[in-house]
Amino acid sequence: MREFICINCPLGCQLKVDDSDLNNIKVTGNTCKRGERYGIDEVLNPKRMVTSSVVVLNGKENVVSVKTKEAIPKGLIFESLELLKNTKVEAPVNIGDIIIKNVLNTGVDFVATRNVERN
Amino acid sequence: MEKYNLVIVGGGPAGLAAAISAYDKGERNMIILEREPKLGGILNQCIHNGFGLHTFNEELTGPEYAQRYIDEVKKRNIKYLLNTTVINVSDKKEIKALSEDGLLNIEAKAIILSCGCRERPRGGINIAGARCAGIYSAGTAQKLVNIEGYMPGKEVVILGSGDIGLIMARRMIFEGAKVKAVVELMPYSSGLNRNIVQCLNDFNIPLMFSHTVVDIKGKKRVESVVIAEVDERLNPKMETCQEIKCDTLLLSVGLLPENELARGASVDLSRITRGAIVDDQLMTSIPGIFECGNVLHVHDLVDYVSEEAKEAGEKAYEYIYSSKDESYEKTLIKTENGVRYTVPELIIKNDDYNPLTLKLRVGNVYKKVKLEVSCDGDVIYSRMRPVVAPGEMEKIDLKSEQVEKLRKATEIKVYLRSQE
Ligand SMILES: Cc1cc2nc3c(=O)[nH]c(=O)nc-3n(C[C@H](O)[C@H](O)[C@H](O)COP(=O)(O)OP(=O)(O)OC[C@H]3O[C@@H](n4cnc5c(N)ncnc54)[C@H](O)[C@@H]3O)c2cc1C
Ligand code: SF4
Repeated sequence: MREFICINCPLGCQLKVDDSDLNNIKVTGNTCKRGERYGIDEVLNPKRMVTSSVVVLNGKENVVSVKTKEAIPKGLIFESLELLKNTKVEAPVNIGDIIIKNVLNTGVDFVATRNVERN
Repeated sequence: MEKYNLVIVGGGPAGLAAAISAYDKGERNMIILEREPKLGGILNQCIHNGFGLHTFNEELTGPEYAQRYIDEVKKRNIKYLLNTTVINVSDKKEIKALSEDGLLNIEAKAIILSCGCRERPRGGINIAGARCAGIYSAGTAQKLVNIEGYMPGKEVVILGSGDIGLIMARRMIFEGAKVKAVVELMPYSSGLNRNIVQCLNDFNIPLMFSHTVVDIKGKKRVESVVIAEVDERLNPKMETCQEIKCDTLLLSVGLLPENELARGASVDLSRITRGAIVDDQLMTSIPGIFECGNVLHVHDLVDYVSEEAKEAGEKAYEYIYSSKDESYEKTLIKTENGVRYTVPELIIKNDDYNPLTLKLRVGNVYKKVKLEVSCDGDVIYSRMRPVVAPGEMEKIDLKSEQVEKLRKATEIKVYLRSQE
């Protein structure tokens, strides 16, 4: 039995995950389906959404905020941040624009989460 | 003197949602006044995810969540002024604001105050020691990193485990800094659980409960801080002092509703929330002045801010168009046994039995308790809570038949009942 706090939304439900049988993992304490999914994933393959920012050239602001469109394996967080450090984008940038495609072969893109107009 | 039916002070998520709902009810004669060069409020700097799951069923970052409301405001052509700071609101509902074009004088039939909160400054918490560079409030650091793209330091200690502090711990790590510790005066965190998990535990950042910073050392720049454990009365035990090397101290010691404007308008304020005392229409003690969002009480969930603000917009609309000039009697909700406050604090004695939500916070961590509401001694609501904590707002959803009892009661109490 392992205990987690679901991080999928700010309610932070306290999950109890019975992982005695990895083919039949049982989650209790969740309020919604996402909690069940999270409990199972946290045992089998923990993932996190990564949010950070990248430098913008010729924009009204210096940086634009970005996120991985979906969660990526927890172990890849720092490697994915390295990619961002070496990235610069040209304004204008719009919410949803792909900043880095297929981050570390996860199939997940880094996308912009803010609009930055051109200067 | 310009005239509007409705003036909304602050264009953060609360102001935006209030404007949209007043518009959707039918109001066209209104304006939003915003101090910053952008709509969206504090969300613009909250680039982390975790917003909007309850509203949009989707996990958004702060700027994305704000943009959805900004788009809705623009779609409706709701008027707004940026770079416009409201400097005074009177009990006659006259507004003075400083804009790029100078001083504006505006008269309103109704005003919604949605000006959010600000961070408690260092002065408010009394740390001795050097006044050197490298000390920031967590929110200021957040703005520097996320909006200006500037890193305030390399080796960081954070005082206070409020959400902004927790989020900034991870943010500083992501930008290559080292976060040596998060130091929390209380034996519990005022931040959300998920932020403790996701921002500290994931990166093995120690969270030291019942500790505080007793000294800050350094000449030009912070060189170290001295921390110590505190006793039950929160006094530092000097024999437990330890020095931590760092160049940056972030303070995340709480938020205070920004209520100078309300005070100026002689609105009655709560000594607990520091926001206005409102009735179940979100109306303050001055008829026609409403409050919602973080200026009313600090919310941890922007979804709840939007929800509350939607209601404020509707109630303001109803106020503007109601011909009846009736003033009802109101019953003050008494909070006891662990419950610090409720919003609303006043229940109007009328016959509107529509469902109603009470929001509240508790003063400590309590396990296995029942959250109860009683009217003249009769328990009308009772719900088991495995755990309640000061960091998480609780909601009590009351159905029509319960609201009827509430409105008829002469004594209303909200309290925790221990189950042990
Ligand atoms: C660091 C941080 C992290 C958060 N994390 C989350 C999270 O993960 N998930 C979540 O759901 N919620 C989160 N929240 C909560 C959520 O962001 C807030 O509850 C919400 O932004 C409050 O909205 P508001 O409109 O009341 O206030 P604000 O967003 O503060 O907006 C108030 C606006 O009023 C303007 N204003 C103030 N005074 C004046 C004046 N005199 N004249 C004109 N304009 C004025 C300000 O410029 C500002 O734009 C977080 C909050 C913070 C601070
Ligand atoms: S289980 Fe559902 S409601 Fe509970 S924290 Fe997870 S996502 Fe939120």
